[in-house]
Amino acid sequence: MNITLNVWRQPDQKSQGQFQSYPATGISPDMSFLEMLDAVNTMLVKKGEEPIAFDHDCREGICGSCGMVINGRPHGPERGVATCQLYMRHFKEGDTITLEPWRANAFPVLKDLVVDRTSFDRIIQAGGYVSVDTGGVPDANCIPIPKVKAEEAMDAAACIGCGACVAACKNSSAMLFVSAKVSQLALLPQGDAERKQRVERMIAQMDKEGFGGCTNTLACEAECPKKIPVTHIARLNREFLRAKLT
Amino acid sequence: MELNSKIPEGPIEKKWDNHRFAMKLVNPANKRKYHIIVVGTGLAGASAAASLAELGYQVTSLCYHESPRRAHSIAAQGGINAPKNYKNDGDSVWRLFYDTVKGGDFRAREANVYRLAQVSGSIIDQCVAQGVPFAREYGGLLDNRSFGGAQVSRTFYARGQTGQQLLLGAYSALERQISKGTVKFYDRREMLDLVVIDGQTRGIIARNLRDGSIEAYIADAVILATGGYGNVFYLSTNAKASNATAIWRAHKRGALFGNPCYTQIHPTCIPVASDYQSKLTLMSESLRNDGRIWVPKKVGDKRNPREIPEEERDYYLERRYPSFGNLVPRDVASRNAKAVCDEGRGVGETGLAVYLDFADAIKRNSKAWVEEKYGNLFDMYHEITNENAYETPMRIFPAVHYTMGGLWVDYNLMTTIPGLYVLGEANFSDHGANRLGASALMQGLADGYFVIPYTIGDYLASSKFQQITSDHPSFSDAKRDVEQANEKLVSIRGNKTVDEFHKELGKILWDYCGMGRNADGLKKALEMIPKLRDEFWKNLRVPGSSKSMNPELEKAGRVADYMELAELICADALHREESCGGHFREEYQTEEGEAKRNDEKFSYVAAWQFNGVGQPETLHKESLTFEYVKQAQRSYK
Repeated sequence: MNITLNVWRQPDQKSQGQFQSYPATGISPDMSFLEMLDAVNTMLVKKGEEPIAFDHDCREGICGSCGMVINGRPHGPERGVATCQLYMRHFKEGDTITLEPWRANAFPVLKDLVVDRTSFDRIIQAGGYVSVDTGGVPDANCIPIPKVKAEEAMDAAACIGCGACVAACKNSSAMLFVSAKVSQLALLPQGDAERKQRVERMIAQMDKEGFGGCTNTLACEAECPKKIPVTHIARLNREFLRAKLT
Repeated sequence: MELNSKIPEGPIEKKWDNHRFAMKLVNPANKRKYHIIVVGTGLAGASAAASLAELGYQVTSLCYHESPRRAHSIAAQGGINAPKNYKNDGDSVWRLFYDTVKGGDFRAREANVYRLAQVSGSIIDQCVAQGVPFAREYGGLLDNRSFGGAQVSRTFYARGQTGQQLLLGAYSALERQISKGTVKFYDRREMLDLVVIDGQTRGIIARNLRDGSIEAYIADAVILATGGYGNVFYLSTNAKASNATAIWRAHKRGALFGNPCYTQIHPTCIPVASDYQSKLTLMSESLRNDGRIWVPKKVGDKRNPREIPEEERDYYLERRYPSFGNLVPRDVASRNAKAVCDEGRGVGETGLAVYLDFADAIKRNSKAWVEEKYGNLFDMYHEITNENAYETPMRIFPAVHYTMGGLWVDYNLMTTIPGLYVLGEANFSDHGANRLGASALMQGLADGYFVIPYTIGDYLASSKFQQITSDHPSFSDAKRDVEQANEKLVSIRGNKTVDEFHKELGKILWDYCGMGRNADGLKKALEMIPKLRDEFWKNLRVPGSSKSMNPELEKAGRVADYMELAELICADALHREESCGGHFREEYQTEEGEAKRNDEKFSYVAAWQFNGVGQPETLHKESLTFEYVKQAQRSYK
């Protein structure tokens, strides 16, 4: 199939960016979206032009590196997949596909479709952990956890930190990302000792990084490649209130 | 060069304890005077950096990703082994040790493997304390499943995302130390050289991938936890950026490379579909707990699999290996898949695939039961192939997955360069010629949490360090060399892309040094690789500048190293005139087609010394002795 790409090109963080149009010809419907970009990049390199820069690595939807806004939707039109798991069979002959980087103040563009998401790491640094050093911990089975709780914690822990929730949100809120970690650790007894400080510090860091507030439009849940539900945001709010009241 | 493995004296179950007591300690107040660089933030790197910082050392951590959490350990699916014997099925440290030595086809160091088995239980405890949400039973206790090469259930797991959850645990420990200021972390940095001064490792040169600047980092010891080199084959289950550059450049600075030809071809991957394919996707080995592998009995049977009656199917693993069945080790499963495809009984359009069928599991339990256990894998399969594996069997084929070879290290995980340590997949230790499933996560975390924190102290306490700055000629020379090499790559201005060269190299390796190898093919590869390398340096096209973010240049540097490494892999495979584990030399097989070792001649680790590009490397041998597990023909019948 033949399609047209309309891609955001920006040489570096300081420069002005613009959309540029490229033909993508001879694309097979069984190609992954990133393989289609590889093909376009090969063509650009052959012409001596700089290829389109985009972050990617595992190409199986787990490392969280890839991510671009495809026709206005983070990770594209399919539900529950990251960009690298999207296949060209979901597009039609003659389509024009617009590609943009994540748009958020807390995710500055480094080059083309590559953004800087280190703000997420700083939120984790603020409290997204259990303070245990290596060694001196009890036997694993000393901490029984009901299966249902463990499963719910795992649902939250499945977050890949890609930032689609932020890109989808009109307020560029990171609430789904923050709630996934707060919720995982709030559901588990291991997280209990630092429950209060964790939620307060992570929220404070989120604000400091310039992420917006949550106005419950649920766009984050709709675009999350791991289908993390907004019920975790509800738990985050409860945790925050609880911390403030105790 | 005399290779000293430094295996401690004493009976095997006492070696590690005795050694821990014998090693020198650094007193708590002095630890902060020592500076350690950790390259890589996967399971081994993140756990090492966090644990060393907790002890009080000054730690610098770097990775080429934007965040430590993106390291490829994140993609490990199946699980992590530990002989907790929670299932009451007869597991013990001894049995895990035995299974691993046997699984590695008697080409691993017994003492290392025993230590690995010993500390593996503590890993599970540590991860649970961090809040890793392992799968649990209804009573609230931890669940286990079975993996290849073992007859007990000792694999702990978190759905099909065990690597992700363990890495996020280690990542959270690392981020905690970063927030305390005990670890300085640098994102998007790729190590491009090692700096050795007066025979001691004193730092690294790295490229800042954000802006292309070349930076020097000084330390008293350097730890490489940079993963394996499976991507030398181009198509593999590794992440696209996984590479050999850090270990290869350390090799060029004098660190010996151990058993480079030991590569693991994983039996259960989604088959190659086209020539534009950029990577291969693994379907976790855990699927072999409940999926049954088969091909049609008749050659060229192209019927829909559901129309092939039971009696016309060949469940070849169950037939040939009744006691292990579908859970034979990976090398055995891969070789058998290749054999049935070579007979013309492979399935799918290309004939290079076998079926992995869940119909029986669905009938025995239910679709919901299968979905709960393996749902994400079925979803992944559907996305890639557009087929529903609940209704039609999965098609799978072996793919390059893991490299047992790596930089040679002694029992303390130190290379032949003092002060240079290598952890995880990047070193050669522990797995011999074949790694068992759920053992990579175990080894990465064992090295990082429970081995290096002890052994590095012994080196620091017993060495003297001269004060140096980055003006030291060894640093400035290395920096200049790296800058010039990058400049050279962008100034060739030829006609072929990095990927084109990489694909050509990968095809040579896959054809002549893949699942089956023979002397003629390897000799041919050894003629082809240097020619391709010459062409690479004459006809490569890398647009853009070396002084800005340039992903194409990053790839070019990695492929330049593969062009050299590939030659060593083939030379090692040619010299090892026996079959063992993942190294299958077609000339050396039993009548039944199993790998035939030659213990008299090859019971050693091949450790290679670099002599210059294109020059044959010098072979050093560390002989392997088996005092506790008797060397025997491996049998899974």
